[in-house]
Order: sequence, then structure tokens, then C-alpha cells
Amino acid sequence: MTGRVLLIEDEPNIAEAIRFILGRNGLQVFVQVDGRDGLAAVESVRPDLVILDLMLPGMDGMEVLGHLRRDPATQSLPVMMLTAKGQGRDREAATRAGVSAFMTKPFSNADMVAAVRALLGAA
Amino acid sequence: MPTLTLAGTRLRQVRLAQGLRQADLAVRAGISASYLNLIEHNRRRIGPDVLTRLATALGLPEAALSEGAEGGLLDDLRAAAADAVDTPAEMDRIEDFAGRFPGWAGVLAGLHRRTARLSRAVEALNDRMSHDPHLQASLHEMLSAVSSVRSTAAILAETDDIPPDWRARFHRNLHQDSERLALGAEALVTYLDGSGQAEETGIAAPLEELEAWLAARGWQMSEVEAGDASALDAEIAGLASGAARVLARGWVERAARDARALPLAELLVARQKFGDDPAALAAAFGTDLLTVFRRIALLPGALEGLVICDGSGTLLFRKPLAGFALPRFGAACPLWPLFTALSRPMVPVSTQVQTVGAGAPRFSVRAFCQPRYPGGFLGPELREAAMLILPDPAVLSDPPGPVQVGSTCRVCPRVLCPARREPSIMAEAAG
Repeated sequence: MTGRVLLIEDEPNIAEAIRFILGRNGLQVFVQVDGRDGLAAVESVRPDLVILDLMLPGMDGMEVLGHLRRDPATQSLPVMMLTAKGQGRDREAATRAGVSAFMTKPFSNADMVAAVRALLGAA
Repeated sequence: MPTLTLAGTRLRQVRLAQGLRQADLAVRAGISASYLNLIEHNRRRIGPDVLTRLATALGLPEAALSEGAEGGLLDDLRAAAADAVDTPAEMDRIEDFAGRFPGWAGVLAGLHRRTARLSRAVEALNDRMSHDPHLQASLHEMLSAVSSVRSTAAILAETDDIPPDWRARFHRNLHQDSERLALGAEALVTYLDGSGQAEETGIAAPLEELEAWLAARGWQMSEVEAGDASALDAEIAGLASGAARVLARGWVERAARDARALPLAELLVARQKFGDDPAALAAAFGTDLLTVFRRIALLPGALEGLVICDGSGTLLFRKPLAGFALPRFGAACPLWPLFTALSRPMVPVSTQVQTVGAGAPRFSVRAFCQPRYPGGFLGPELREAAMLILPDPAVLSDPPGPVQVGSTCRVCPRVLCPARREPSIMAEAAG
């Protein structure tokens, strides 16, 4: 699996674990801990996939997703949303806003790798 | 459409109670015995005319045959059928079903009522979860730590060739997250226990919002004492929820009435004369005991705690007192003298209580229940009880042994309490 992943997650230990897991599977992982910085990094990183936490400082995941979908350059960029809430209104709102996939915390590493592989269209 | 088929069962019961044979009643009512037999076994509807004749023959009003507990049963069955949208029930045979299988019909109706009760409970819990930012934030924090532990532990367990620096980092992260989990669990128990209320910044229910507002004011409303309750309008308008604003307005209006009944300066003088005897103060001012309770608890600098509940035991107001934990939600300890008073209206309850836990402080408690009849003499009785919690147990001249009380069963460590409603999440303290 190859590709560039922008991980926007404010929990450093979760971010570190995801970075390690995806890194071992051949991906380049760039981490941002703030929603606003994460959105700004999209332009410089040029990711193939964004993994986005729902609850973020600066700008929450829903807002970041909204910006990405409104921008023609990123409107079809795959976005996986990490949520601790799992289901409910936030999930429905994210679906309406055009999220590509969800990963509910706590997740298994194997599920994370499989979901990323699917979103990147990797074999 | 009248539910007359089911009346067959009732008809049969009445006939047998009167010692009549089927044939005799049939003759009196002018119908055939075989037709009556079918009616009694709910195989035929009773037309209005036949109903009248049967009722006359039995010397009863028609309603005695056509109305009764079956109406409630049929209503429950209809409601159950209406809820089962994916499984259409034979609505046209509902009376036949209830008449021929009353036991099964009762079971189905009972299950439907239980489902409705549970649904309401789930809705209420959902509502609390989604409106309690502190609880939500605490759970989110714990879930984040659990997520990190799960991923990190899996990496360590499943990866053979982790570089030493990464391995050390993951061990450090696991240690950090386990600390977070321990602290988070402790904070949640504290939060549920209510003792962390003062530090809490998030607001859950409208009542808590009202209490937080009053607590922030030191439980004082000098504007009301000065006869200018409207000066609080702007503050009330700033409360987050509409429900809390309604509660606050009601509370201020009541405080204004209390202040008029027991003006501050005169109350302070009277306390010099009568001490803290609420009954003596009530008599001196020609007011009721609950008004005196509220005034004593909310005087400037008052240390007294106050709890008020309605006839269902639901807490309507909680002014806390250090060492006497009041539940944030859920039912309070049934051993509180508040509930003794609630079950004995107009009887003063005065006793000592001792709380559980380290130090186990004692308190003097006075409780009273006042019934009222807002619907007039024929209207329902509404009860309100209040419990004044005094910090100094010495004010009672001859106290009996203190009653051991807790906050609420869920967080009370007294496992063997005879009044326990449900298991506690806390273990009994060792020894």
C-alpha cells in the first residue's frame, strides 16, 4: 500500500499508534492536532486520504469536512472520520456532509488498516 | 363502536353471581338461550337493544355490562397493535381475541405497557446523556484513552520487530493512558456522587442550572429582600435553557412572597426571641413551616442545607451542605427524614442523621410535609415536603440515635442497608 495520509487527531497517543500502524503498511502519515492547522495542511501535504477526528480544538471535524467538500480541489478527497460517539446525530450529519467512511473509537488496528486500504483503492 | 363482545364475559359473571341459570335470564330478556350462550362466550356481539334488555333483566345499568376493566385492556391491545407497524394485527378481531384468550391478552397488554415504560426511561437517559456536557466530556476522555490503549497494546502484542525507541514510546503511552483511565473513572464516580458539583462547569438539567445560578449568588437575592425582584430579570434571561428560566422566575416569585411573609429585619429579631424553632417562628409570623424553612436556609450567611420534594419524592430544590451529599439525579436515600415527613403530612419530624463515609458527620434535620389543594376541596391533594439540614447537631435538646443515611443507592457504600433499592457501584469500605 502506498500513499499519503493526513491524520488530524488531537489525542497524541492515538495519533502515534495510527502513524505507526499505517507507516508499517507503507503509507506516509502526516499528523496535525488542530482542525484549523489540519485544514491548512491539506494544501501542502496533498494527501490521498484524510483521517479526521470529530472533536478537535480550533475547528471541529464537521467544520473541516465542510470546508473540504466546498472546495472543488478537495471535494472528492476520501475522508475517514474518527468518532468516539459512534452513531447518532453527528454521524448522520457527517454522512450528509459527504464523509467517505467512519471509524468508531475504540477501533481495532486491523479494521483501521482494512478501511484505509479500501478508501485508497489499494489491493 | 361499543366494545360489546367482551361484555359477554362480564355478563356471565353477573348472571352467575345472581344465581341465575342461562335459560332463566334468556326468558327474562326475551332472547333464546342458545343466543345468550353465544353472547356469554363472546362469540356474538350484543346489540344495543339486547344489551338494554339483559341489563334490565339483571337489574343493572347498561354501563355495568359494557364498561369496565376490559376497556383498558382493549385500549392497551390497540396501542400494542398500532406500535407493531411491521406486523399488522387483526384489529377487527381484537375483542374476540381478548374475550377468548383473556390471559394471553393480558400478557400482551402488560408487555406493551412495560415496553412503553422502558422506552420512556431510555428516552430520559438519552436526554440526560445528550444534555449533560460534563458527563459527555468525561466519557469522551475515557473512550479516547481506551482507544489509545487498545491500539497501542495491539501493536505491542502483535508486532515482533518494533524498533526500541518506538517500543519505549508505546510503553510510556500505555502508562499515561492507564493513569488517565484511573483518574477518569475516579472523576466519574465523584461526579455521580455529586460531591464534585461545586467544581462542575457544565450544566445538566434545568434544576441544576437554577441551583448553579443561586449557588453563584451565594443563595442570596438581595434584590428580592429590597422588594425589587424585577432587578433579577436580566440575570434570569441569561440562563441557558428556557426550562431553567421558568424555574428561576417561579423561584424568585416564591422568594418574594416568602420575604413579604417573613421580612428580613423582623425575622432576625424574631430569631433572637424564638431561636431556631420553625414552628414558633411560623406562629409568630402567621405563616407556614415550609416558608420558614426556606427563609432560614436562604438567610444571608446561612449554613443550613435545604431539600424540597414533591409528593412523588422527586427533588425540586437542593441547597447543599458540606458533608451531606445530595444526589445529582435519581432517587435520594429513602432513609432521609424528608420522606418520613412526606408520608406523614403536617407532622413535624426532627431527628439526627449520620452520613456514610470517612468522618461520618452528623446533622440535625427538621422535615415537614405540607399538603395543598389548588383544585379546591374536591381537587387532588398535592404534597410538598422540605428538609432543613442543620450543621450543628447540638441544637437538638434530646436527639435520638442518629439515622444512618446516604446520598442515593447507586453511589452509597452501605451494601447491607435495609432500604437498598439497587446495587451500588461502590464497594463497602473495608473494615
